[in-house]
Amino acid sequence: MMNSGKLEITTPSDREMVMTRAFNAPRTLVFECYTKPELLKRWMTGPEGWSFVVCEVDLKVGGKFRFVWRNVRGTDMGMGGVYREIAVPERLVNTELFDEDWTGGETLTTLILTEQSGKTFLKSTTIYSSKEARDGALGTNMEQGMNASFDKLEILLENLEKN
Amino acid sequence: MNHTITPSDRLDATFAALSDPTRRAILVRLAKGEASVMDLAKPFSMSQPAISKHLRVLEKAGLVSRGRSAQRRPRHIVAKPLAEASDWLENYRKIWEDNFQQLDLLLEELKSKSPGKEI
Repeated sequence: MMNSGKLEITTPSDREMVMTRAFNAPRTLVFECYTKPELLKRWMTGPEGWSFVVCEVDLKVGGKFRFVWRNVRGTDMGMGGVYREIAVPERLVNTELFDEDWTGGETLTTLILTEQSGKTFLKSTTIYSSKEARDGALGTNMEQGMNASFDKLEILLENLEKN
Repeated sequence: MNHTITPSDRLDATFAALSDPTRRAILVRLAKGEASVMDLAKPFSMSQPAISKHLRVLEKAGLVSRGRSAQRRPRHIVAKPLAEASDWLENYRKIWEDNFQQLDLLLEELKSKSPGKEI
């Protein structure tokens, strides 16, 4: 299967995280995949070993959404938020908060879809409540972080050198 | 006062230190081996005080440390904070890359099912 784009993640400011990715499909479809539960459940499955068990979407300004994932050991990971802006099929703004709140408070995500020659360019910007909050996810990966290898460092430095 | 440094604090310091191109270049140079301030100043055509300023930021972030050799005080790279920052971004990236690959598959399927939405 063709993979139409490489995911890039940048941190342009202390509180922001930006993801960009291209998809080989019109943006109407990408927008639907982001907003229809039956479609969301088929792709936003998270890390390996997790399944998407609750997916409720009330797609209107002020409407809520609720997502819950469950891993093979039966542990749930839930999150929800409120839709702030909806402009089908180009813009979706929503708040997000995990039940465990490992992002240090509510985040605000803006999804922007632009279409060119049948391809959709996705830009998703998440703003965290503070600069500390952006790095909240580290808490779950500390052990891995502690055992970090020089291989990864090499790759990072190579990338830095290219920039 | 409590001055506990959390993993999150360390990531902040790492990302802040990496936000400058000269400091990234210094790290790339130090990754190849230790160097003195004088060695480092040469390729950047910068004054030693200017380089020292950047080194202080990198040292504060724990990315660079100073050797014991009294005369040269060579600087060397400290891998752990960079590796932690890299790991953090990589984990986040991997989860989304997996999701987006599934989205690719789903979009292909939807395209073939909905001829009315052809490009």
